[in-house]
Parts: sequence; C-alpha cells; structure tokens
Amino acid sequence: MSRLVGTSVPRREDPRLLTGRGRFVDDIRMVGLLHAQFVRSRVASGLVTSIDLSAVLQVPGVVAAYPAADLDVLGITATLERPPTEFVPTEMPILAGDRVRFAGEPLAIVIAEDPYAAEDGVEAAVVTYQAFTAVTSAEQALEPGAPLVHDEATNNILLDVSMFATEGIDQVFADAACVVRVQARTGRQNAAPLETRGAVAEWIDRDAQLVVQTCTQIPHQVRTVLARSLRLDERAVRVITPDMGGGFGLKCVVGREEIAVAAAALRLRRPVKWIEDRKDALTASFLAREQRYDARAAFDHDGRILALDADIVCDMGAYSCYPFTAAIEPLMASAEMPGVYRVPAYRVRGRAVTTNKAPSAPYRGVSRPQYVMVMERLFERAARELKIDAVELRRRNVITTFPYSGVNRITYDAGSYLESLNLCERVLKDEGWYEMKAAGGRHLGIGYSCFNERTGYGSGAFAQRKMSVVPGFDMTEARMDTTGSVTITTGTLSHGQSHETTLAQIAADELTLDIAKVKIVQGDTDRIPYGWGTFASRSVVVGGSAVRLAAVKLAEKLRMLAAGLLDTTPDNVELDHGRVRLRDRPDRGLGFVELAEVAYLKAHLVPKDLEPGLSVTATFDVFTDGTFGNATHGVVVELHEGTGRVEILRYVCVEDCGVAINPMVVEGQCRGGIAQGIAGALFEQITYDEQGEPSATGFLDYKMPTASEIPDVAIHHLETPSTLTESGAKGVGEGGTIGAPAAVLNAVNDALTSTGVELNDTPITPETVYRALKRAS
Amino acid sequence: MTDQQLITLRVNGEQSELVIDPRRTLADTLRQVLGLTGTHLGCEHGICGACTVLVDGAPARACLMFAVQAENREIRTVESLADGDELGDLQRAFSAHHALQCGFCTPGFLMLAEGFLAERPAATRAEIRELVSSNLCRCTGYQPIVDAIEDCARRREASRTERNDGAA
Repeated sequence: MSRLVGTSVPRREDPRLLTGRGRFVDDIRMVGLLHAQFVRSRVASGLVTSIDLSAVLQVPGVVAAYPAADLDVLGITATLERPPTEFVPTEMPILAGDRVRFAGEPLAIVIAEDPYAAEDGVEAAVVTYQAFTAVTSAEQALEPGAPLVHDEATNNILLDVSMFATEGIDQVFADAACVVRVQARTGRQNAAPLETRGAVAEWIDRDAQLVVQTCTQIPHQVRTVLARSLRLDERAVRVITPDMGGGFGLKCVVGREEIAVAAAALRLRRPVKWIEDRKDALTASFLAREQRYDARAAFDHDGRILALDADIVCDMGAYSCYPFTAAIEPLMASAEMPGVYRVPAYRVRGRAVTTNKAPSAPYRGVSRPQYVMVMERLFERAARELKIDAVELRRRNVITTFPYSGVNRITYDAGSYLESLNLCERVLKDEGWYEMKAAGGRHLGIGYSCFNERTGYGSGAFAQRKMSVVPGFDMTEARMDTTGSVTITTGTLSHGQSHETTLAQIAADELTLDIAKVKIVQGDTDRIPYGWGTFASRSVVVGGSAVRLAAVKLAEKLRMLAAGLLDTTPDNVELDHGRVRLRDRPDRGLGFVELAEVAYLKAHLVPKDLEPGLSVTATFDVFTDGTFGNATHGVVVELHEGTGRVEILRYVCVEDCGVAINPMVVEGQCRGGIAQGIAGALFEQITYDEQGEPSATGFLDYKMPTASEIPDVAIHHLETPSTLTESGAKGVGEGGTIGAPAAVLNAVNDALTSTGVELNDTPITPETVYRALKRAS
Repeated sequence: MTDQQLITLRVNGEQSELVIDPRRTLADTLRQVLGLTGTHLGCEHGICGACTVLVDGAPARACLMFAVQAENREIRTVESLADGDELGDLQRAFSAHHALQCGFCTPGFLMLAEGFLAERPAATRAEIRELVSSNLCRCTGYQPIVDAIEDCARRREASRTERNDGAA
C-alpha cells in the first residue's frame, strides 16, 4: 500500500456536506427547544438608566427575559502576566449592566417558543440611556483627557510594550545612506464566516451536565469559562462542536452570548438555542485588523537593511477577548515584524488601545497581513530611493542560512525565502507581464510580497508572550476496537480545514491501514481528553504530530502483543496492511482483528507485562520557536480610469509548507486565504460614525468580494520539510491572507508610479484610485 | 400574526400540508417545519445565497420568499441532488475540485448551478464565473467552484453528444 501522506486523498467530509446532511448548530432540533435573542445597546458609550422588559413578557410566545441583574453569572477577564505598566486587565460582563461600551453590546436575553417570537420580544424592550461621548478612533482614545472606556485603563491603553531596542539604533539611522518611512492604516474587518455564531444549551439531569453545542474553534476553553462563569465543576459542563461553517479566528475566543444561553437553559431547565443574525455578526461579535503603523527602515548604499523602527497602534475595541486578550495584535506584530529579512537592529513599540467599538479577536493571519504590508512597502520605497530593482533588493536581504537567530530573538528554521522569490519573479517574467507593462498604454502594475508564517506556536511561544492561560500542546487518544477499526481523537477542531481527512492520512500510514478503517473524532470535551482547538495554523503541526505519536504508540502496542503471542521479541515483528508479521517469516503473523480480540475478548491470553485493551494517548508540544512556512506572492493589476477599479489580471503564489499532507487541501487553504487577503486590501471595512454607530450592518455595506473580484490563482510548490514536526509538515492556514494585501498594494503602487501618488492604507477604494489617476491625467 | 394559513407545499416531489404564519419565510419553513436543514441561512437579506433553492426550476433566495408564496410551485432543495448515498454528477465535481471547505455555502452554490446548467448547458467559463458571483463563499476563493461547475457542464455535454451520436 502506498503512503497516503503527500497525496490528494478525497475529503471524507464532503458527502454529508454535499447532500445537506451536515449537522450545523442551527440544524439541531430538540423537543421543547426554546429560542433566544438579545436586547442590545443602541448607544456606543453610556449608562443604562432603565431597562423595562415588562412589555417583552407580554409578547405571545415569549417565555422569559433576563437583564444582567437577573442572570447570576461571572464575567470574563482575560489577563497577561505583565506588570500594570504594560498590561491592564479588564472585565467583559456576560450581559452589560449599567455601563455600555459599544453599540450592539448585549443587555438582556429574551427567550421564546419560536425564533420569530424571540425577535418580537426584543423589539418590545424599553431601554433608556445616559449617553457619553463615544471614543471612536485610536487617535481620539490617546488624546489627553479623552473619555475613558474602562476606568482602570488610564489613557485607554490596554497594552503598551517597547521591545528589543538594539543598542545604538539611533546612530545607525543617523549614519545610514538611505532612510525610508512608511505610515499606514488598515481597516477594521470582520472575519465573516458564512455561518454566524450560535449555540444550543441543555441541562441533562441524568448526567448532571450542562451540554452546550456551540460553533467554537476552542471547545475545551469554552468549557473552562462556562464552568467558572456559572460556578459549576468543569465535569458538569460538556461542550460539543457540530459541523462548523467557518471561523477564521472569530470563533477562537469565548463569546458572551454562548454563556448567557447556557445560563438561561440552566435556569429554565429547558433547551435553549441562539443563532446570531448577520447584523449582530457584523457589528456585535468580534472584529479585527484596525491598525496604524509609523515605521522607518535604514539601508546602506548596496541596499542592505541596517535597522527597523516601528510604532504600532492597534484599535482593539471595547473588550479583551479570552484567552488571548487585547494584546494579541500588537504583541504578534512587535515580536515578528522583521519577517524574512536579515534585520540587524530593531526597535518597536506596540500598543493596544480600547475604543467604543465591537471588540477584536484574532483573525486569520493576526497582524501579519499588516506588518508584512508595511515591511514590503519599506522595501519598495528603499528600492525607489536607491534605484535598485525591488525584487533584487529583497534578494539581497532575505535570510538564506538556517537556522537563523533574529534580532527579535526568534530562531527561524529552514525555509525557501530566496527560492520562492526567484521562482515567482521568473513565472511572471516568463508569462510576459513585464513586456506587456513596458509596452505602455495601460495602467499596469506588478507587485510582490515575500513573507513567512510562524506555525506551531507551542506552550513555549505563548508563555513568552506572558499569557496567563498558555495554549500550546495537544493530545490524542488512539483506540482500536475488536473489529480492527481505529478511532483517533484530536484536540484540534476543523471548521473547513479537512482534518477528518488529513489527520486520518497520517494515522493510517503509521498503522498501515486503509483510511476507511480510521476515524477522526473532534469537538467534544467528553470524548477528547484535552485540546487547544484550531487557530494559528497549529492543527497539522501540533495536532498532527500528536496524532502520529499516538499512532506510533498504538502500533508499538500491537507489535508487543503480537510478539508475545508469537513467542518472539517486538523488534522481530512489523506492521503490514492490517496485520503484524514476523520480519524473517512474513507469511506468519496475526491480523489486527485477531490481536484486538485477544486484547479485549480473551484478555487471559494477553502477555503478562501488557495491559488489556488497545488504547494509548500521546501529547505533543513545541518549546522552540516553532516552524515557519513561507511564500512569495506575485500580482499583476490593471487600474481602470473610468471607475477606479483595481482589476487583478494575474495572481501567482509560490508556497512552501514543508511536506504537504494533502496537496489539494494545501491549495485550498492558499486560495481561500488569498481571497480573504484581497478582501482586506481592496474591499472590506467597517467604519464608525462620531456616535460610534457601525457603518456596515449587512452584506450590502460590508463588501465581501465575489467570484467577479477574486481571480484564479496559480500555485507553485516548494518543499522544505520541517524537522520539528512528526510529519515534516508546516502549517499553511494563514499564509494566503498574510501575503495578499502587501502584493496587491505594491502592484497598485507600481501602476501609480507615474502619478506620483503613493497609497499605503487599506482597503484601497475605487475612489482613491480614481482620484490618483485623475490627478495625473 | 396569529392568522395561521393552511398551505400545500411541494418540495422535492413530495407534497405536504402545513399550517403556518404568513410571515414565515420559505427558508425557515423548509428548515424548521419540514426539517430539510440542508438549505442554510447566511445573511437573511438575500445577498449571500446560501439559502438558494429552485422554484419551478429557477434559482431563488429562500430567505426572501414567504412559504405562502411558494404554494403551487415546484421547490427543489439540495436534498434532492443525490440518489440515496450515490452523489449526483454536480456533487461529485464539487468534491473532485475541492470546491467546498466548511460546506456551509455549498448547498446554495449547488442549487444555483443546478438551475443554471439546466437553462444554459453550454455556458462558457466566463458565464459560469458570472453566475458564481451571485453567491458568497468565504473559504475557497471561488476558483474551485467555477472549475467544478465547468467540469460538470463539459461532462454533461460530452455525454449528450455521445448519446446523440449513438442515436444517429
């Protein structure tokens, strides 16, 4: 049997999803199920002076309505182990009581017999407010005397860190042949999984358990918060994740609504379901990406980078998300900004600012789309100043010898930074885009981004960030039953990434089994010993390694059992397509079914030094700096004078994720990620008016791109296997999103060269491009 | 609001008599009353298209229609595409091209394509891309969806040609 790892095994998730037989949270039906919706704040900042729910209870079908005061639950506080000068912890209540901090914040939960009645109930609520001046931008938040979002966060700063500050860096800038500066802003985005958030909660007397089915990327962490918030033992809470319609980070934090729904179910002793509508998903869930950079880079005459200095301000909205906190974006950016380049001197200040907007959560790429964009703009600027080709300038600066210890105290494992850059450039040259551009007559531009993606953040990396709740390891149980079938649990949680297929490929190879004999179980805190879910491209790196280690252990137990029964030593037997055979006499052996029958049904035959049963567990963690995937993206755009439209004519991605477990799935991650990156570069943004009202309340205003805007993507693979992971794979979940904004922005600026206009803010709107072209003509 | 109405709904060839609120949408009726949860709701304002079903053969947003408006019409949902466990050709093409990841938007794209290809069997890739831009997908970047529909169309064309040649 040939190995499955490295081949595009068809997805095992597909049949049920293609036939409408998937089971998403809103598909769950129960006898006596109630439906919840939330009364939400209409003001961005203020005091609730009264909340009257008496009319709500008169609405036909409404069963109950609870404001904060009636729902006895503890709020959520996400913390870092940093001094108060660096980090300020703040509490996010489950329902807001007196104080509201953003428009859309939940104030009361309304529960009804029917989803329509629940919405009728919400409309009948009467709330009065004393409105305060809303803080709607980072600039306003940082002004002296600005209104405070949280009283404990003076100056509205939740995190303020200055890092690295290489000695003598000011002198390096003073002496450098070339210093360039880029100021950039990126728009506030919503990860916008097509399935909004939702939960169904039910108290089960027989198990003395609250069962919460919720679409979360982190079931075990939701369980922890549920237990604390509701003052239950953790064993009295079971979190199950059904099929999930995307997450992209938005669902890797604990939502207050899922806690409120559980509290209501506990109180009413009836099952309660809540399904978020799109307006709430866009305005009151979690947003991301609103950042401001002021960065300088120094270069010598030959174009070698000498120093990098950056000031990064992230507008994190009203609350810190659990477990990552509001520090997630500035800490990611500060720690990793030098990226693929040999930067000898580095200084950075990173701040998280709180404002009266919906809070932020990690979103695919977390800060890397932004800092890569700024780095790549710095290189483009320097190339222009030094009159060196921009790709050549990158070539002179990318890391080429590994492992490389960076100025940011990160050790980079081997990658193909230079090779990916060269190949990407060659593809665009061979396809004739440079000639087409040189021919003139059209506003064509070519742009690149060269970047890496740290994957496999283990306990080591998160502890370094001083998180008080430290994600990192993962755990797998591998169990063979009496029919020789294997069940593999994983603490990771696929919400589109195909783990039921890819993790099974890894295990099946190790056990020499047909993939049909291996089942992956995920998303159930009662069936999975523990796990950290899926985020930060960790699943195949950490989870996949745990799966392989468990499969190896199970294989070892099968060998020991067989050796005992065959009266030989374990090193004299090997696995072979569902049986264990003697190495020197391959015709002699025992089938897995025979062995499993002994292990369970004839335990008196199990050799003395072995335990009955065929179940093992293994854990995997990373205490180094992880493993870095990398890629270069090359983009050709055409700008249209009449409309200001940016049309992407060609998109080339040269990626390296080490060993690709399933190349089809890898390409899917790249394409989907690139679409989200283009979305950030050109289309999506939620702005707020002076009162703190969000501009986008539906998909008419939140411009998620369609097939008319997203181009076909040509993907080329390089393979630098990881020595850190058990499979040689590196994570690949975020790279597409990380590289796209920089490449698109560079291409647009290339097309604008003759106009003298330089754009550094995203999204690049048609209006901006239209004006730039108009000015030049 | 309490004026319930008795309607007859014909879905996937099966007829049901339902007593429902006039304000209940077709999508909610399919999901909540008939238990056909393959039709998904992504926005409830007619943009994302996850709820696309066929009404008398034409793709329609089930979130923008009331169930009472669907009376005496022929409704088809994603549940009608497979024959038991045997996937239909369009579904197989989606799987072969990795045109779905989380799968939430997929029923809408399948019904959109099913209705379109019946009308325009010889559609060009550009026309298919234009069609695909009717709905939203957050996972795939759309290219595999266009590939899958195009592949399915070409295969159907080829088998039609073969049949015609055989007949001739």
